[in-house]
Formats: sequence, C-alpha cells, structure tokens
Amino acid sequence: MGMKPLLEVKQIDLAFGGVKALTDVSFTVNKGDVYSIIGPNGAGKTSMLNCISGRYQPQQGSISFKQQEITRMKPNQRSSLGLGRTFQNLALFSHMSVLENILVGRHHLLKNNFASGPLYWFSGAQKEELEHRRTVEEIIDFLEIAHIRKKQTGTLSYGLRKRVELARAIALKPDMILLDEPMAGMNQEEKEDMARYILDLNEEWGMTVVMIEHDMSVVMGISNRVMVLDFGSKIAEGLPEEVIDNEHVRRAYLGEEDDLLEAAV
Amino acid sequence: MNTELLLQLTVNGLIVGLLYGVIAMCFVLIYKSTQVVNFAQGEFLLIGAWVCWATLVWLDLPFYIGFLLTLGFMTVFGIIIQAVFLRPMIGEPIISVIMVTIGLSMFFQSLMKWIFGVSAESYPQVFETSTITIAGLNIELAYILSLIFSVVMMVGFYWFFRYSRLGLAMRATAFDQQVASSLGISVSKVFAASWAISAMVSATAGIVIGMVNGVSDALSFIGIKVFPAVILGGLDSIVGGVVGGVIIGVLENLAEFIDSQYLHIGNLYTIAPFYILLIILTIKPYGLFGTKNIERI
Repeated sequence: MGMKPLLEVKQIDLAFGGVKALTDVSFTVNKGDVYSIIGPNGAGKTSMLNCISGRYQPQQGSISFKQQEITRMKPNQRSSLGLGRTFQNLALFSHMSVLENILVGRHHLLKNNFASGPLYWFSGAQKEELEHRRTVEEIIDFLEIAHIRKKQTGTLSYGLRKRVELARAIALKPDMILLDEPMAGMNQEEKEDMARYILDLNEEWGMTVVMIEHDMSVVMGISNRVMVLDFGSKIAEGLPEEVIDNEHVRRAYLGEEDDLLEAAV
Repeated sequence: MNTELLLQLTVNGLIVGLLYGVIAMCFVLIYKSTQVVNFAQGEFLLIGAWVCWATLVWLDLPFYIGFLLTLGFMTVFGIIIQAVFLRPMIGEPIISVIMVTIGLSMFFQSLMKWIFGVSAESYPQVFETSTITIAGLNIELAYILSLIFSVVMMVGFYWFFRYSRLGLAMRATAFDQQVASSLGISVSKVFAASWAISAMVSATAGIVIGMVNGVSDALSFIGIKVFPAVILGGLDSIVGGVVGGVIIGVLENLAEFIDSQYLHIGNLYTIAPFYILLIILTIKPYGLFGTKNIERI
C-alpha cells in the first residue's frame, strides 16, 4: 500500500501495580478504516482505548497519530490533534441541553474569547458563531436528533443519549474517533441505526473509526479490520472472517486452555 | 414594636446577605470545578483586604491603582495556592484535602497577624463616607457600594458561565473531568482559572467589607459564616449560594432584632444561622438547590 498509517501503536505495556493490563500490544490503523477491538471482559480493550485517548500512560511503548508522537501528550492536546472519543458509560453533561452538549464539543475550535465575544458584530464572533451553528445543525440532522435539541439530556432515553454522545464527539470534527461500546444496552433497532451512523461517518464524513464492540454481528458487518485481545495480549488480527475462524479466538471466547497464551505468560 | 429598627435591620441583612452570596459563589465555584471544599475562603478576603490596605497606606497609591494591584496579586496568589498545595492532592481522600485547606487557613491568618499586627485598621477615606437617607432609612454609602458590587458580580458570574468559553469549559469540567479533557478542554487551566477568579472576587468582597468595618481578623470569620449559606443553598449550586447568602444575612439581622427587643440573650446574631442550617438540612439533606445523587438502577 505504501500509505503511512493514521495511528500506529507500538509494543504497549500497561500495568496497574502488579496487574498487567496490556502486554506488548502493537497495531496500526489506516486512514478510512473501521477498526474493531474485540475480546472477553477484562481483556484490556478499554485500557487500550484509554492509552490512545491519553487517560492512561503506558509504561512502555509508543503511540503516534498522524506521524506525530503522542504517547506523553495530555488528553486535551490529543483531541486538538483530531482524536475524538465516546465513553463506555454514558458521560453526557446531564444538566445541559442536547444543543449545549454538542456545543461543548466545538469548544476548542472557537477563536473568540470572553473579551472579543461581546464585540459580537465587530470581532468576527458573529460569523464564527454562525459557522459553528451550521456545523452543529449538520450533525443534528445527520444523527436525526432535531426533535430533542432543546431537551435536557438527563431526561432522554438510553439509546438517544448514546446518540447525543456520538454527536458531541463528532462535533470536534475529529479525523479519528474512538467508540467504546457504542451499542451496549441497545435494542436491535437502535443497534441497526447506530451501525448505519457509524458507516456513514466513515464513508461520507471520512472519519476513521476505532471501536470496541461485543455484538459480533455488528463487528463482522461493519468493520474492515479486527483485533482480538485476551488477558492484555493481542491474539489475532486481520479481516473479520479471518479472525472469526482463528482457533485462539474461539478458545479465548469459549474459555478453553490455550497453549499459545500459556507460552506468552 | 420598633418598626423602624426592624426595617433598618432587614435592609442591612439584605445588603450583607448579598455580599455573603458573592462569597458563597466563590466557594461553590471552587467546589464545583475542583471538588475542593475550601476552608481558607475567608482568608482570601483577609489577604485581599490587607494587601489593598498596604498599597493605599504603606505605598500611598491612589485607590484604583491599589485595587488593580490587589486583583493582580490575588490572581497569582490563587493560582499558586492551587498549583503548589492542591494539585498534589488530586485523587487523595476528601478529608485530607479539607485538612490542607484548614491548614492554609490557619497559616495565612497567623501570617497576616504577623505582618499587619492584631489590631483593626481602617481604610483611608476613599469615598466621601456619609449616610444617605432613603425613605427614612439611614444607609451608609459604602453599603450602597457593596450592593452594587454584589449585583454586578452576580450578573457577571451568570454571564460568564452562560456565555463565555471558559465558563462553559468550567461547567463541563465540573460535570466530568475525563469527558471534558476528551473534548479538548485543559483541566489544569480550568482549575487554575477557578482558583484565580475565586480569590480575586473574594478579595474584592474583603475590601468592600474592610471599608465599612475596618480590616481585621473578623474578615476571615466571614468565610465560616458563609459556610452555612453554601450548605443551605446546596454545595454545588451557584444560585443556591446566592439565595443561601441572602437568607443567612436577613436571618442574622432578624435574630439581632428579636434578641435586642425581646429576648436579651445576647449574641443570638451569631448562632441563629446555624440553627436554621440544622433545621433546613433535616428537611432537605442536599440543601435547597443542591443536586441529589439519584442513580438509575
């Protein structure tokens, strides 16, 4: 291919005291991928995502994004580089409206501050505001949440809140978005909707997606590469159909003894 | 019944109450964005008032320059306190953090006594001090000044949180630091800013009170008086802080009225707010406007 990967993760080791969460994990994500990370509970999937987004600092290894070393960067610096994320447990600002939640996502893109803001018509704040509003409207239309824009997010149903959270994350206009179980706790219909939004984000908005998901039919259906983690190590990577046939993956999911893993420990 | 005295005390209560409200807002600001219960809030008033006094009396500067210098000093001071003493405490148990702020409070109280002495000092005449009479009530001009100050600060806070980017960042950080940082907000900047703003506004309140009553240790006691106001309103509600402040201010003065006219116990003034606090918390444990922690199961 010859193309430089968008995200390059090299030999990550992460431990909490004596507990090793990740051991020697490496992988690359190319621009335009929908890359899924799967594995049993406690395999280190969210830990991996947290290393990329900057919540955790790995003890060893390096992470680069857009050819730039980000291993020691703060989370907010990473998001300014174009890395967005959602959380496994809903983390909306529940006292704010849907619109306000999305506008927080635009926060770092605003140039006007509290001093130039009041000079609204003179400082370009009006133009800026209009531009941001337009982007926000686009996002609202795209995710079909126009009818709830003024509602407090705390009052919404679970599926809708998940959608608002996605809206807030894409308001950053990130180049890559990390989704931590975007479909957990949803019914079949909501899952199908979410899958469609993710695909559209990827195809129409050109966002590269890295996602953790448990629903195998979704993973098989929308991702073009899959990595499997078990006990903090990568046990398989490849096309979805390759991975599902992998012997180690089956064992990991069925909980059988695995020689390869034992050798690794 | 002495209606005139009652009216006079109620008005005084309102004015002082609004001032408590401003200080309560500063307290809530720090609690909301950094989860620190700041027992050294009263010392911010004390230090601000003394520093301003020093610029006026020792350096002989005009008031507005001294005032601006004080604001600058308090900004730096707030940031330093946060960075040096409280940043290392992030993630420590809340009780340890409280111990640190109580320690800071003791330290600065003593430091101020050491530098400025133990006796109260009055401000040089900044404004023509006179009492004006409105509808038969004698109101000190400084009180009017403090009223204006309080209202401006409250409107300012409202505007700041509602419309400014930093205000929005603060609200977001108050809700969830992790999410805020994933959206590009620098949490450490938000922490520094909330301490700086809190220190600055508290100091201004200290100066206003200092002009009326003189600068002394009593200023740091206001930090303790504001505490029931904050708890009353709900620890995490800025509006609650203001309402709590007004309630405490008025009640205090009504207690004074009842005490001086009928009961003659003496000092009911000081304890009354705490009685009310106890009663209200029995009925509403999260305060009047505080967030209830309800979890969906």
